[in-house]
Amino acid sequence: MEVKSGIPIERTLKPYLIGLALAVVLTAIPFGLVATGALPRQATLIIIAVFAVAQIIVHLTFFLHIDFKTTPRENLVALAFALVLIFIMVGGSLWIMFDLYHRMMV
Amino acid sequence: MTSVADMTVSPRDVERYEEKDFGFWLYLMSDAVIFACLFATYLVMVGNAAGGPTPKDVFELDRAAAETALLLLSSATFGIAAVALSAGERGKVLLWLAVTFLLGAGFIYLEIDEFAGMIAEGAGPQRSGFLSAFFTLVGTHGLHVTVGLCWILVMMGQVYFKGITAPVASRLMRLGLFWHFLDIIWVLIFSVVYLPGLL
Repeated sequence: MEVKSGIPIERTLKPYLIGLALAVVLTAIPFGLVATGALPRQATLIIIAVFAVAQIIVHLTFFLHIDFKTTPRENLVALAFALVLIFIMVGGSLWIMFDLYHRMMV
Repeated sequence: MTSVADMTVSPRDVERYEEKDFGFWLYLMSDAVIFACLFATYLVMVGNAAGGPTPKDVFELDRAAAETALLLLSSATFGIAAVALSAGERGKVLLWLAVTFLLGAGFIYLEIDEFAGMIAEGAGPQRSGFLSAFFTLVGTHGLHVTVGLCWILVMMGQVYFKGITAPVASRLMRLGLFWHFLDIIWVLIFSVVYLPGLL
């Protein structure tokens, strides 16, 4: 017995190909920089961080299809709330632990 | 074979699938918070090698690059399966899910090989704070990918035996969210763990 009641799913190939191309570029550059050591350490770390954030936005946009028009509002609110929690927990942990570390060294 | 677009669906059903999508999204967000805590732990612990191996000694750039390539490609091939799903092409859905499974399995193979090699060299999780945090973070991600692989197999069975029905299509879309989400976590792993460790 087949339930033949469908849900509207519209997926085209284009966003996945754009996403893949952008992700390859955003991955290859940081790996290349680490492999060759072309830039100073500090600059490479900054580029790795910026490209990671850019690639996460690419994945959210082109693979998970998150946008401000079609994504339900409550999903965006949940995402924003998770980001706030992550910011507080990661930022807070690093702040406290490295502050403690420096004070112990004195 | 009926295209998903051709099928009729009651508004109540659509509502039910939207509720399930939202529930699954909430799970993904809480999973993201768990990974964030593991990342924070890793960053605090990474300097504590206890005189043992440091990140530079145990990480391999080509292996990390190969794992990244496999997982990124598997995300794209899952996308092709989703496109086939929206066109109602059952055979293509099965084919691209199978390709996604093989790419994901290749990733897991490389990771298990890496872990086994590290443990054999005496760089197991009990060696230092750095290694405990590394195995916990990367192992948790690997466990998620393994669960995702099992889920892909289950969904291939459902597509094969039940066809592309509304419940099956709805589950496949949630599996897609899960799979793409794991790729985002991996982007963070190579950007936070492997690349800075090898720099």
